[in-house]
Amino acid sequence: MPKITYIEHNGKSHTIEVANGLSVMEGAVQNNIPGIDADCGGSMACATCHVYVKEEWFNKLPKKEDGEEDMLDMAFEPKTNSRLSCQLMVSEQIDGLVVNLPEKQV
Amino acid sequence: MIKTDALIIGAGPTGLFTAHQLKLIGLNCEVVDNLDKIGGQCIELYPDKPIYDIPAVPECTGEELTNNLINQLKPFDIKFHLSERVEEVKKNNENWQIKTNKGTEFSTPNIIIAGGVGSFEPRKFSPKECENFENKSLFYSIKDKSIFKGKTVSIFGGGDSALDWAIELSKDSKINLIHRRDEFRGAQATVDKMNELAKSSKINLFTKYQLKSVNGKEILESIDIEHDNKEIKNLKSDYVLGFFGLIMQLGPIANWGLNIDKKTISVDTEKFETNQKGIYAVGDICTYPGKLKLILSGFHEGALAARACFKLARPNEKYRFEFTTTSTNLLKRLGKKE
Repeated sequence: MPKITYIEHNGKSHTIEVANGLSVMEGAVQNNIPGIDADCGGSMACATCHVYVKEEWFNKLPKKEDGEEDMLDMAFEPKTNSRLSCQLMVSEQIDGLVVNLPEKQV
Repeated sequence: MIKTDALIIGAGPTGLFTAHQLKLIGLNCEVVDNLDKIGGQCIELYPDKPIYDIPAVPECTGEELTNNLINQLKPFDIKFHLSERVEEVKKNNENWQIKTNKGTEFSTPNIIIAGGVGSFEPRKFSPKECENFENKSLFYSIKDKSIFKGKTVSIFGGGDSALDWAIELSKDSKINLIHRRDEFRGAQATVDKMNELAKSSKINLFTKYQLKSVNGKEILESIDIEHDNKEIKNLKSDYVLGFFGLIMQLGPIANWGLNIDKKTISVDTEKFETNQKGIYAVGDICTYPGKLKLILSGFHEGALAARACFKLARPNEKYRFEFTTTSTNLLKRLGKKE
């Protein structure tokens, strides 16, 4: 199973195995990783599963679809390497992905 | 003090259908919602997005679903208390005493929480010191636009609210419009109009900037904005406006003595009752083994919670199950029979 690393804002790191086909958001929620709220449940309607993707990974991920960038306008402190983790699907291609969590989601 | 058989908190799809079920079985109810309109997440988050998994409705948008649910309530007289948030819930003998932030008070044996993910609140700026200026020189909505006349106003955001206000206020104020990227998600005509005003310097446009800090002691003096490349600009400002949409906050519900886990309320699957007798939770806000956060689940949960309300609202009557196809009682309530 692909391994995803979530680094909390305070630096605490969690590396967990997430099944193919789940989203990076679902991987966090199902494993009780603090710092990802995912209020809307993955319908790209809330921007509370916001993560920063490390540079080396950012360009390897599938591009943002329509709507994700709009939703990121509403995230807490969005940056150029921001993504919504509900839109990042786990697969062997992203095995080893590292995401940093913002200070807070709202 | 308003006396009612049941109070519903939340006017989203689940709250609306729960109201229908209560009225159908002969109970009265009132509905409170913090938004200024009916529809909850459907109307606030995805009014134009199609939904494909409502039984017998192959496709409809959030707005259409809301309008259909409102239509379904037409036979009934239901009082909605919009732009009000329930703050206090206290037990008084057999009844619950409820108070909203506007001072409306209810007394009822039954409270049904259909609160989704909580109440919608404006998303705020991240610098801490912004709080000191909130509702004085920093706002997330506008009640009286005359205060901005002749002043310098810095507006943040890239959607229709930010653009509409930038255009409107540019008539009588000096406007800075600041957005985190080059693209705006407002309606094309609005974006074009704003660009026109920016070209003729009626609006000072700053893209790829975000708010870094607000400066001033009692009175706001200026703000610092930071570019993606870390460059900082200082802008004199009398007022700051932020339009970043709404977020959902559980809010006061957390203080009512309910079993809450990960922002959801534990309920049983017979009555959808919480650990407090007479308080039920339905829709996205409730949790139980196997819970699905689907609108159709909310409808089922609301129907059962409504039947549970009957027992407490009419302790001396027996609830009888009836079909709308055949029951004279129900057809009378629906206005289909004299």
